[in-house]
Amino acid sequence: MEKVNREELQRLIDSFAGKELYIHLETTNGSYAAHFNEGFFNAGAFIRNAQIRFELGKVAGESPHRVGLKLPYGWVYAQGITHYELDEHGRLLMAGLDGSGKLAVALELSETPFAY
Amino acid sequence: MAVTIEKERSVLVVFPHPDDEAFGTSGTLSKYVDMGVPVTYACLTLGEMGRNLGIPPFATRETLPEVRKKELQAAADAIGIKDLRMMGFRDKTVEFEDDEKMVQLISGFIDELDPSLIISFYPGYSVHPDHEATARAVVRAVRRLPDEKRPKLYLVAFANDTEEGLGQHDVEHEVADMLDRKIKTLKAHSSQTGYMMKDLEAALAAGEAEAIERFSKERFYYYRWHEDFEDSF
Repeated sequence: MEKVNREELQRLIDSFAGKELYIHLETTNGSYAAHFNEGFFNAGAFIRNAQIRFELGKVAGESPHRVGLKLPYGWVYAQGITHYELDEHGRLLMAGLDGSGKLAVALELSETPFAY
Repeated sequence: MAVTIEKERSVLVVFPHPDDEAFGTSGTLSKYVDMGVPVTYACLTLGEMGRNLGIPPFATRETLPEVRKKELQAAADAIGIKDLRMMGFRDKTVEFEDDEKMVQLISGFIDELDPSLIISFYPGYSVHPDHEATARAVVRAVRRLPDEKRPKLYLVAFANDTEEGLGQHDVEHEVADMLDRKIKTLKAHSSQTGYMMKDLEAALAAGEAEAIERFSKERFYYYRWHEDFEDSF
């Protein structure tokens, strides 16, 4: 993955618009957050291989970016996106890595299901 | 407190993540391997949800499982474990699996391998939800056996309130003579341990007492059957 080039990422997101897609969306503080910092309110969410189609996708803001996808009946967005890659399987992998290289958020789009 | 490493009939190790074996048990496992004790390591997931991807990133969310699979194999090789089983669960989802299915999985291993010792986590004191789910499945499977058939349990507990709840550990293995293999095991999991290995190796090389003490003693708890975490399952 490389640091987000906003124009390039926008072009890639556009290329997925209108298609039947599988999505991976994840936010995390890590399972040990409340172990190392007692009292920390640890929240996160994860969805993998839900099927979506979006009509409009946008990269917004300066790095770390926000990425929003407008669906026919709803929305998807991720905040904190710093890195991206169109991988060898043609999947668009976006991630937000914190200052120490740890993943805090991931948003991925693919025309085929992600591996279990 | 038990300090002698007894020769076991066979040892079953059950942890959910590649590297769970490295910090607290790889010295002990190396000892069993050298004693000729058969060791089976069932690793439930591939740590697919690990957060450390590095700067610049060395992996993506999608390539991390393959990275960690190789690391796990290299770690097992470093310890000398011949029977490594990757069970195909997904990181952070173990607690959401069917609980009976998880017990059956462990019961199946016990039937097949007839271990005299099982090494896993202590339920209620192992912090990560996957650790806890693994620990519950192990305790439940063993609980179903009649007393005289139950293998010993050496359980790892590291929650912040462990001493409050469980008191002092019951087993302490001196593994200073296995430090090389333990370091090799930790280094095998470089995607997870890379950030700390330099400091740790430097500390060990400099003979820092605290690092050596922490690293050369592996501590376990027996299961408190009289304070079972549930009445039955």
